[in-house]
Parts: sequence; C-alpha cells; structure tokens
Amino acid sequence: MTEKTFMAGFGGQGIISMGQAWIYAAMKEGLEVTFFPFYGAEKRGGVARASVIVSDHEIASPLVTKAHSVVVMSSDSLAIGEAVAGPKALLLVNSDLVKASPARSDIRVLRIPCNSLAEKIGDVKIANMVMMGALAEATGALKLDTIAKVFESFFPPSKHSFIPKNLQAVEAGRRAAREA
Amino acid sequence: MPEKVLMKGNEAIAEGALRAGCTAYFGYPITPQSELPAYMAKHMLPRHLTFVQAESEVAAINMVYGAAAAGARAMTSSSSPGVSLKQEGISYLCGADLPCVIVNVQRSGPGLGGISPAQGDYFQATRGGGHGDYYHIVLAPKDVQECADLTFEAFDLADKWRMPVMILADGLIGQMMEGVVLPPARDLASLPAKPWAVGHQGKSGRPFNHVSSINLVPDELEKSVNDRFERYKAIAESEVRSVSTNCDKADLILVGYGTSSRVAGGAMALAKAEGIELGLFRPTTLWPFPYAEIAEFAAKGKKFLCVEMSMGQMVEDVLLGVGMSGVSGDAAPVHFFGRLGGNIPNEDEVLAAAKDVLAGRSKPHRIGFADRSLGSGRNLGSNRSRGQ
Amino acid sequence: METATYKHPASLVPLQTKYCPGCGHGVIHRLITEIIDELGLQGSSIVLNPVGCSIWADLYFGTDSVQPAHGRTPAAATGVKRVLKDHLVVCYQGDGDLAAIGTAEIIHAANRGEKFTTIFVNNAIYGMTGGQMAPTTLIGQKATTAPEGRDPGEAGMGYPIRVCEMLATLEGTRYLARGSVDSPANVRKTKQYIKKAFEAQMRGEGFTLVEILSPCPTNWSMKPNEAVDWMVEAMVPVFPLGEIKNLLATDGVAKAGGVAGTAAGGKK
Repeated sequence: MTEKTFMAGFGGQGIISMGQAWIYAAMKEGLEVTFFPFYGAEKRGGVARASVIVSDHEIASPLVTKAHSVVVMSSDSLAIGEAVAGPKALLLVNSDLVKASPARSDIRVLRIPCNSLAEKIGDVKIANMVMMGALAEATGALKLDTIAKVFESFFPPSKHSFIPKNLQAVEAGRRAAREA
Repeated sequence: MPEKVLMKGNEAIAEGALRAGCTAYFGYPITPQSELPAYMAKHMLPRHLTFVQAESEVAAINMVYGAAAAGARAMTSSSSPGVSLKQEGISYLCGADLPCVIVNVQRSGPGLGGISPAQGDYFQATRGGGHGDYYHIVLAPKDVQECADLTFEAFDLADKWRMPVMILADGLIGQMMEGVVLPPARDLASLPAKPWAVGHQGKSGRPFNHVSSINLVPDELEKSVNDRFERYKAIAESEVRSVSTNCDKADLILVGYGTSSRVAGGAMALAKAEGIELGLFRPTTLWPFPYAEIAEFAAKGKKFLCVEMSMGQMVEDVLLGVGMSGVSGDAAPVHFFGRLGGNIPNEDEVLAAAKDVLAGRSKPHRIGFADRSLGSGRNLGSNRSRGQ
Repeated sequence: METATYKHPASLVPLQTKYCPGCGHGVIHRLITEIIDELGLQGSSIVLNPVGCSIWADLYFGTDSVQPAHGRTPAAATGVKRVLKDHLVVCYQGDGDLAAIGTAEIIHAANRGEKFTTIFVNNAIYGMTGGQMAPTTLIGQKATTAPEGRDPGEAGMGYPIRVCEMLATLEGTRYLARGSVDSPANVRKTKQYIKKAFEAQMRGEGFTLVEILSPCPTNWSMKPNEAVDWMVEAMVPVFPLGEIKNLLATDGVAKAGGVAGTAAGGKK
C-alpha cells in the first residue's frame, strides 16, 4: 500500500499541520512516511501545499505528482489539485469554500463541508482535522484507531485541552466521508 | 529499538550534530535552512553550549575557525548564496587543517536565484570552492534519517582527517519530514583528543600551538600541500561510499545523489512495473567520488543516465569514472537529465529520459552543453515568489 | 621602595623581529607580554595575530596563537573565547584589518560584548602591502593609493575613522582607550590601559579595546624620530588620547565621555 496525497489550501488553514498529523499518525501505525511542504517566501495568506506519502514500504521520490488522493481546502487550490491528481484519483474538497465543480471527469470527488462541521464542534480552525478524518475514511490508508493516543504525543502538553475537539473533528470527517 | 521520531531534515541535521558532540554553532538565517539555527538556539542555549547568530556568513565561518582551533566540535550551516560567502573561511580551515562541519541546504542560483531546492553547488562543494589547492569531504544525505546519521558521522570524519566535512543537502531534503531513529548521544569525554588545538598550554606544558595557514617559504608551503594531498589519497582509498541497486541486472544505470536519487529510485520502480530493468547508483560521498565503482560498471558496458537538479555537474565525475575504466565513451555512454531553477524532476520525466536513452533517442552528455536540461513535466516544485 | 629590574618577558620569545627600525609593534608586543607575565597567564593566553605586518606576532608571542583571515579576527576570537572562557584572548589588529575589511566583524563582536581584548594598532597606513591608504589615514596624508594625499572631496576618499568613538556607542563595549607609544610616559599609560582591559576580560566584564597610535616610518617615508614627532603633531589631534569609554566595575562611576546613556536606560 502506498498512498500519495497532495494537500492544498491557503496559508492559515492548517494544511501543514494536517499533513504533519497525517504522517505522524501513519508513523505510529508502523508506516513509512514523507512530507514535503512547498515553502515560500510568504509566511501567511499565501498558497499552502504539501506532498504527503504514507506507505508500507520504502518511499522513493517524496514529490507527489500523480496523486492517489488530493485534498483541496480552498477554491483557489482547486486547479492545482486537479492538475496533480493522478488517473482515478480521489479528490476531497472542502465544500464550504469550494463551490466550483472540478473540470476533470475521470476522478472521484468527495465533498466534505469541513468548515461547517468544524464550526458545529466549536472551532473553524479544526476544519483541517475534519478533512483528515475524511481522508482516512475515504482512502483506507490509515486506520486512525489509536488517534486519541497519537494526538497525546503529537500535540504539546500546552495544547492537550484541544484534543477532544480534534478527535470530534476527525470523527465528524469520517462520518461525512461515509455518508458522502 | 529506539523510537522513531518525526523531524524535518534541517532539524535532523541539527540533532545529529548535537548528539555527535557539537558544542559550538555559528550561523546566519537563510531560506531554506533557517530551521537549523533555530533548532540549535532552542537546544543549545539552555544547555549553555555556544550558539551565536553571526552578523554574516563570513563571520559565522570564521567563528567556526576560532572554535575549531580551540578544539570544539564546531559547525555552521547555510544555503547556497551563504555558502559562497563562507568559501573564504573554508579555504582557511582547510589550509590550517581544522575539523568542522559545514551544511549547505542548496537552493537555486546563480546569484540570489530562488529559494527552491537545487543541486547547483556540486562543483563548488567538490572542487574546493575557495582559493588554493584543497578538497574536503562532502556527504550527501538522501533522506531525513541520513541527515541525522551522516551529520553525526561527519564530526568523526572531520576529526579523523582534520578537515571540514560538508553536508550537501537541498531545500527538499531540509524541508521534508520523515520518521528518523536518532543515534545515541556521544559522551563528550569520549571524543578524540586534539593535541594540536590551542588552549590549556600551561596545564600540559606542551610546546605552544600556532593555528595558521600562512607559509611564505615556497618549498615549505609546497610540502605542506603535498602532505595534505597524501592525506586526500588515503581518504579516497578508505572513505568512498555509494549504494548501488539493481545495477547488475540493468543495462542502464541511473546516477543521482540526494533528492535526485530519490526521484531516480521512483523512476526505477515505475520502469519495473513496465518490465524495464533500470539500475540506481547513488554516491553518498561526493568527495571522494566513487570513480572506481563507475569505472567497474563502464567496463561491463553499462550505460549511465545522470539525474541532477542542475545543468550537469556530477555528470562530469561520472565521465571521469568512465574515463578511468579504459573503455571508450561509446561503449559506456553517459547521458544527462536535469531540472533546475528550483524545479524538482519527477519520476515520469526521468523514466521518459531513460526510455529515450535505451531507444537511442538521446545523445550522450557533452561537458558544458547539457542536451536535456528542460524537462516537460509539471512545475510543482517552483515558487514564483520573490525574496529570500 | 620599588626596584625595577630589566627582564625579558617570559611570554616574549627572544628573537630579533622582522619589524622595520622605528616601528611601534615591538614596544606594543613587549607591553602585552609583560602584562601576560604579571597576570601569570602565559599558559592560558591565546593571541590572534592578524593579516598585516603583525602576522608574524605568533613568532614573538610565547603563547598559543590563532591566525585568522584578513579582518575576521574578531569573529575567530569569538569562536576561541566562547570555547575557552577562562583564557585570556587577545586580538591584535591593525587599522586596515580592523577598520576596513573587518568593520562588520569588530562592530558586531563589540556589540555582543565578546569578552576578549582587542589591541588595535593604528599607524594610519597599510604596512605590509606597502603604504596604501588606510581608513585611519589623515586628510592630506600621502599613500600609494592617495598620491596627492587623502582627499575626502572630489576623490571621495572619506575621512579618518575614529574607532574608539564609533564603538563607544555600542552597549556591549565596557572599556575603550587610546594610547600611544611616542614617549616613555605614554608607553607607561598605554600599558595601564592594556592591563585594565586584560583584567576586565578575566573578570568577564565585556568587550575591551585599546587603540594604540604607533609609528610606521617606512611607509610614512620618515626617519624614526621624525615619525614620532609627526605622530604627536598630526595624529594625536585627530585621535585624542585617553580613556574614551570606561564602564568597568572596578573604576566606579562610568566615564563615558560624550556617550549618551544606554538605550536600556543607563542601568549600569
């Protein structure tokens, strides 16, 4: 199993933390992982993109070109996300912010209302964790069955009070992916 | 088994250095290596180790010169434009036979260039880089694990051979995160003695030590450089490292270091799925370069395709290796595929280039005139923003 | 009653130097080594000898030494002193080395309050390379690269840099003094400055620098005695002698001549 994921959104949406949480959870599930953020000169507000690969064997190129799955968190990331998607790829879009439909017809699209689900839990900032739950459910790449324990070492102790909401977000994402 | 931790390449280099007993770090911020000095500041200052954010890369390398002269395991890090500035100091360190570790997380050039990953500093790293006749060891990590391991080892190699050791990474290696098992930390008391270093003369009563690179007597200077080159010969005989995969089965061997070797490995896997056997040869030491291994492959009539994020630099070492085999260039042709400007080659375009070589559709590399420097793949690695 | 007996300092190697007749380096070497002896620091002193005439200093100082690149002495000394905190680290720098090619390094080492002492030998000319204009060359003073004299006007050659005064504005500096080796009295005073600086360094007080006006008869095209006269008549008015800044703990009240209180509110 190798799952190559391309994640895109705007700076501040937690694209980088989503990618890091994803590979951290994967590492804890015994997988090989690699994560490469496309770093830019801007620190806020620019486009945030990352190549993320989890695999049960050694990973060659860390650069994702023909992605198995693509996460699009904002409308201006849709075009790049579609361009990176490989044949029959799974495209997960944050339907609260991405209203346009993808141009490609050879890919499977899952629309997850990440922002509204996150707001329902009480914090729009965890929209990224909603998406991570959906990604796990839709790809089957990660089980996330120990995610509560994983979060305990992923988040620094000062942020442990946020763990319950993050877990709720992951679960909401999984449910949304199942129902979508 | 020690636990795997998730780290950026830049952080793994820093942690590898700390565990090797680096007690003095001097640096200056530059993308894409800025996490490295930040990590050092965070972990060295509370332990009362020496961390200085210098006023320039020039100052940083000269602080390394002083700290190394005083016997510390000293280190600096930068990215391409900053490493150009450090070349003065590197020449002095080599001339004074001082050990240290220098990290170059390469970005694209020339000039200010871009901040995205590149491999355009190979010549500078492996050919001395500064003024005068000298070399130093150059190690090229391919992943975050090797960032930690090779940096850890670099300090031992530096002390053993009394010379700077350079870690030549690139923006992708520095910025990406992977799982890494960290080496156990060295006990500082176990580090090798440095009887040539300055300090504590009164306690030992040894003759005074003078750390210097000057010698105005031509015969003496010639001899000291000759002696150093004898040492280089011994290094070339004992420290060359490379990894070859599937090279026996394949007619065509992909050659790459660092990021390029990862991409070439991906192309090799794609080829395998299509029933095409490709080999992969990855030098881990860029100086000394594994010429003998290349020559051996050439003697077997293998073809080579060098993959680099440059206009073709390492490819010249591969050509030298083929030349050493005594086999004619036609019998073991060397081809080149490169992307640059911050673009990272992708597996598909490398596979396409390999197929071109196998089908006789591409010409061998001519030094200085790369035929395949412009790939056709999507431009995912680029970043059109300006700024450092 | 004190009896002064002439002794060759143990820290000064008994060699004939390569310096020209009338050069000030020999006297300054002697002052430094006398103090190293007096403080009992020969076995724990590191001298950083620069690029310039005094690149030979490592032949004459009976101490460990480190020879850095041109102008980089303060950076290299930062590395040495941070590793060998209990050692006396002495930077020996000339005017071209310190105030031209190494300006960034001296300013930032001073500003960081690096705990070494810089002996800054100012002879208003490049010596080793043969009489080119230095950053401290006086207006109108001739040099091979200013054959008609230093001209800050049309030729755009700038003005002599007063290093102590410039560094005095930096909070990391604790002691900045300017001496001269033109007369026995000034030699003795200079020795006091150096000793104060070395003692302050060993107490870990902060950056210390002693600038020393020194004759270069060869490149000034003068006889040694004329050179000394010129130093007094022409150089001293531009580079006034004395303690330019003294914030040393042992000297009590700060005597930061002309320097406004620190940005931190003059807490010292």
